[in-house]
Amino acid sequence: MRDEAELRLQADVLVIGGGPAGAWAAWNAARAGARVVLAEKGYLGSSGATAPGGTNLLYLPPDAALREAAVQQRMEGGGQLSEARWIHRVLDQVYESLQLVEAWGYPFRRDEHGVPLRDHLQGPEYLKLMRKAVHRAGVRILDQSPALELLVDEHGVGGARGLSRLDGRRWEVRAGAVVIATGGCAFLSKGLGCNVLTGEGLLMAAETGAELSGMEFSRAYAPSAAFGTNTRGRTLGWASYYDQHGKVLHAGGPRSRDFLAKALLQGPVYAVLDKADTPEKRAILRRAHAIFFLPLERAGIDPFTQPFPLTLRYEGTLRGTGGLRLTSDDCATSVPGLYAAGDAATRERVCGGLSGGGAYNASWAICSGSWAGHGAALHALDAPRERRLRPAGGAGLRPVQGSAPIDSAALVAAVQSQVLPLEINYFRSEAGLRQALGAVDALWPEAGGLPDTRTPQAALRAREAAAMVAASRWIFNAALGRKETRASHTLAEYPELDPAQRHRLIVSGLERIALRTEPVPA
Amino acid sequence: MIELVSTSRCTECGLCVRVCPTNVFDDHDGLPVIARQHDCQTCYICEVYCPVDALYVAPYGDQAVTVDEDALAADGTLGSWRAAIGWGRKRVTLAALDTTPFIDRILPSQPALPAEEIAFILAAPAKEPAEA
Repeated sequence: MRDEAELRLQADVLVIGGGPAGAWAAWNAARAGARVVLAEKGYLGSSGATAPGGTNLLYLPPDAALREAAVQQRMEGGGQLSEARWIHRVLDQVYESLQLVEAWGYPFRRDEHGVPLRDHLQGPEYLKLMRKAVHRAGVRILDQSPALELLVDEHGVGGARGLSRLDGRRWEVRAGAVVIATGGCAFLSKGLGCNVLTGEGLLMAAETGAELSGMEFSRAYAPSAAFGTNTRGRTLGWASYYDQHGKVLHAGGPRSRDFLAKALLQGPVYAVLDKADTPEKRAILRRAHAIFFLPLERAGIDPFTQPFPLTLRYEGTLRGTGGLRLTSDDCATSVPGLYAAGDAATRERVCGGLSGGGAYNASWAICSGSWAGHGAALHALDAPRERRLRPAGGAGLRPVQGSAPIDSAALVAAVQSQVLPLEINYFRSEAGLRQALGAVDALWPEAGGLPDTRTPQAALRAREAAAMVAASRWIFNAALGRKETRASHTLAEYPELDPAQRHRLIVSGLERIALRTEPVPA
Repeated sequence: MIELVSTSRCTECGLCVRVCPTNVFDDHDGLPVIARQHDCQTCYICEVYCPVDALYVAPYGDQAVTVDEDALAADGTLGSWRAAIGWGRKRVTLAALDTTPFIDRILPSQPALPAEEIAFILAAPAKEPAEA
């Protein structure tokens, strides 16, 4: 591989990431008249957390009372860190956008009165349609083309560089504005579709000075079969739970939020979907969450009658609510020319501190993507033509002189040993988090070592490893900065909500991480 | 993880190499080979895209297993996930059959549903809506 770019493109807007948020950003930027390039690590259509399975949406018909009730419920659940105006914006925008999805050919089911039920999407179908729409809008799509670093000058961000995983070719796209839509960081924990979500977008943005917000809320874990990867928990609403001796741990019905995490610390936990007690109920569940049943049946297990072992997989910032801090209604970040959408952006303005999973994130991806794409297109119209751009990438890409080779596999394992364990990151204590932060801080110099660039896969993995180290440091710093229990964040030493801490926590920086508070807008 | 590329079925279209989110396959003179099995995230999406059902993803996320292509073909496992998603000619998509908007009606706390309501929930659409 050579350092010189072999593919050079000029665009108005570069979108980095081809999940739903990136697709909506690209489509909206193109509709606003921009020349758009979309670069995706995998493939626009198959890549990311949404593609393989089903996803719920926050979607309500335009009924003022219904919407106001949903807004109030979320304000409460999110620890009073969300903003009613932003939740209403999402409800308005997603209603419009899903009508488009239907017009593009998505076959939403209707109820007995013919009312379309647009609160759930099957990923493969949804993203196939999005790819088609983006392509028709004239966007140039670069598949298998991860971005590695941003280009910056005194005007802000003006493009990015990356490589093709298929042939190692380096690419460079210069653009008046860039949208980061790279998803959250799930630390290669093998949640469904999540191993492409390794945080490079956050790292690239931070290298240009972008701030992050809400990283302390990265505390979500999702259940899957212990041997599998299908983190879809909804079907477990029809489960009973047992230990390895067949003793009932939970006989069905509502469970406390901590139930599975606590039970798994005691030993193996098994579930049986025995509350789906008729062939009709089973058929309905199969057609709802088909991918939940796939690994079980391939392993020879009938989940309605036979117990299957469960685990919890860490979802990092993906189902947490933190990400790049947004400074405007069109999802600008704190760096000029840089926009953020989907799980790469903080979802606090809508979700507050409670998991954005289950509907909120999917609708947020559509809305933030639409706004960021439009905002980036407008910014690009005014962007200066003459740029003196330089690459901004550091750790995992450009080694500190004289440093040792990066052992990416060892680095990833070392980060995972701190962020994945329930004992550290779910049952959080100040003492435990301090120790974990010390461990991941010590990894940062290693991440700045000499990357193996012999294959595109190795070069990318070194950058991913560096991004995961950075993300873990932001998470632990923020978690230690919130000395209370609020929404999804807990600290054993501070089990109560502290009204004086009703603020956002902003982290920034790489060598030294700065932490500050920001008031929640009224 | 991905365990099988059936060389007898593969038509060397290259789609799996392009669509795999984690870049598991390499193209060897047209034929996809499993070059980085441990990067597989067991998301099954390659099976959905493969037009000739030549791929098999085993359900184990961390552990490689031995598979028997003839047995997987004989019991209909090859291609079963693409069939469930409803991609391919003359199939109804899972999206069109999706029962998710109705599942709260069968929560364990709910009374049994009348037969006609169940029939409505499980009904196939009269026809696929035409793509715009």
